[in-house]
Amino acid sequence: MLRFVFFRLLQSLIALAILSVVVFVLARATGDPLHMILPMNASEEDYANARRYLGLDRPYVAQYLSFVGRAVTGDFGNSIRARRPVSELLRERLPNSLKLAAFAMSVSLAIAFPLGVMAAVKKGTGVDRAAQLVAVLGQSLPTFWVAIVLVEFVAGRLQWLPAGGADSLASYVLPGFTLGWFVVAGMMRLLRSGMLEVLDSEYVKLARLKGVAERRVVWVHALKNALIPVVTFAGIYFAILVTTAIVVETVFAWPGLGRLAYDGITSRDFPVIQAVVLATAVIVAAVNLCVDCLYAVIDPRIRYSR
Amino acid sequence: MSVVALPDRAARPEPGQRSRRWPVVSISIIVAFVLVALLAPLLSPADPYEQSLRLRFRPPVWEERGSWANPLGTDRLGRDMLSRILWGSRVSLAAGVVTVLIASAFGAAIGLVAGYYGGRVDATLMRVTDATLSFPVILLALILAVTVGPSFTNVVIAIAVILWARYARVIRGQVLTLMQLDFIAQARIAGAGAWRVITRHLLPNTLNTLVVLVTLQIGYVIIVEASLSFLGAGIPPPTPAWGSMIAEGRDVITIAWWVSFFPGLVILLVVLAFNLLGDWLRDTLDPKLRQL
Repeated sequence: MLRFVFFRLLQSLIALAILSVVVFVLARATGDPLHMILPMNASEEDYANARRYLGLDRPYVAQYLSFVGRAVTGDFGNSIRARRPVSELLRERLPNSLKLAAFAMSVSLAIAFPLGVMAAVKKGTGVDRAAQLVAVLGQSLPTFWVAIVLVEFVAGRLQWLPAGGADSLASYVLPGFTLGWFVVAGMMRLLRSGMLEVLDSEYVKLARLKGVAERRVVWVHALKNALIPVVTFAGIYFAILVTTAIVVETVFAWPGLGRLAYDGITSRDFPVIQAVVLATAVIVAAVNLCVDCLYAVIDPRIRYSR
Repeated sequence: MSVVALPDRAARPEPGQRSRRWPVVSISIIVAFVLVALLAPLLSPADPYEQSLRLRFRPPVWEERGSWANPLGTDRLGRDMLSRILWGSRVSLAAGVVTVLIASAFGAAIGLVAGYYGGRVDATLMRVTDATLSFPVILLALILAVTVGPSFTNVVIAIAVILWARYARVIRGQVLTLMQLDFIAQARIAGAGAWRVITRHLLPNTLNTLVVLVTLQIGYVIIVEASLSFLGAGIPPPTPAWGSMIAEGRDVITIAWWVSFFPGLVILLVVLAFNLLGDWLRDTLDPKLRQL
């Protein structure tokens, strides 16, 4: 098990290293940043001085290493727009994003689990069809559009819930549901198909023959194995959640990382984008690492196959 | 070429043969969508770029101030919404089809190679695939948009660079099952090389799965492209794209709800049609395939 965790950690680090190179190269590929910083009438000498001052005259490898060195210690430079250290912005925004993601995730789980299991148990009935409808709508509704419509009608015209900000618990409701919607659909589908397969298996039949209560057969015996595909995809769903969060936070004016990324793009604030991308990648990698370890605990076949 | 039925447990008859019926509605929507995209210049009643400040925020025809001149109203610059929606289908269709073709071709190739060779090749390729799968598409597109500038090409690249991994995963899984079957062993005994086994024996047997995945993913790509255009990292204005139209309508939704509403509704319909068709194809062609 330790060996497995170690190799998995190594993989994550390699992936992050590759990503940091991509971010670094892209930042340099767009042309000389000095054209944006220096005034039009700057002389050759001004350019040379600025280049030396900013460390841009050093070889690329040295520049990259110092970029990584600073990033590891949390120093991403200053935001061009906010004129503050990017790390401060990150520290402010990250907790908000995590809180929203946690809320959305709990909502999704609370809906997806009963719905997915019941859809499989009561296959072909109204419950199943309702579940299928939720699933297909969840994958077809453009999140950002749902968000806008909700803001206008539920928050604007009906005044039931706040339209934006993160002040009260009520302000979690709209962004949380919008964010969780897609995950509900995917998870429910996986659970349903997993449950259908497992409920048909020999060991479930045996459990029933032994006289185990049907409720226990479904929720304990069957669900345990039907969970394996759900856990496998948990990492992917998290990546989707992060992606969706950028859109949702923007529409609901949620003061999180996604909103920060969006503002960074609209104002071409490169240090901010760089930081958000790297921070997100680290979070996603960490979650995936946890998911994989969890997976290895649940399903021994994974541990031994490597 | 040898086509062998995969052993599939899930092929038991479904209660009620609902899923076997042709999804007529989905197919009609998709056909209409493709036709509109191809014939947009002929079908649209007005020039989607023509601005008219006198005609700003005209409501749809059934509202009080509406007129048949602009059946779905006009936007902030007085452009005809209907024409812009019709033209916007071109971006969505092109993005969906081009991205999915690139991603599926590359992904399927990786999946076939990984599954055929197995061992270290497989392990390496699958690690790369997993790493790719867990990277948020929108972030990559945002980086590209900021550094290189937003454009159609960048949207396609950003989505395809991530999307191929899903194909690789699924196809590789199928190939692993196929490799156990006798006809592959026989082909190899008969002297077939790697290229021949992969292209003549493995690929044809994964085509069903590919078709299902492609259908399901076109809808997904349309949504991602629209999200990117919505965030300003997709198709740059003034080109009509559904995502950016929703974004333009967002600030004025209290006075002109139709500017955001209709493009969103069209996205929903088209994506729903692709998803329903994909589900139906999966149930019909390949019941074993799980939703990715």
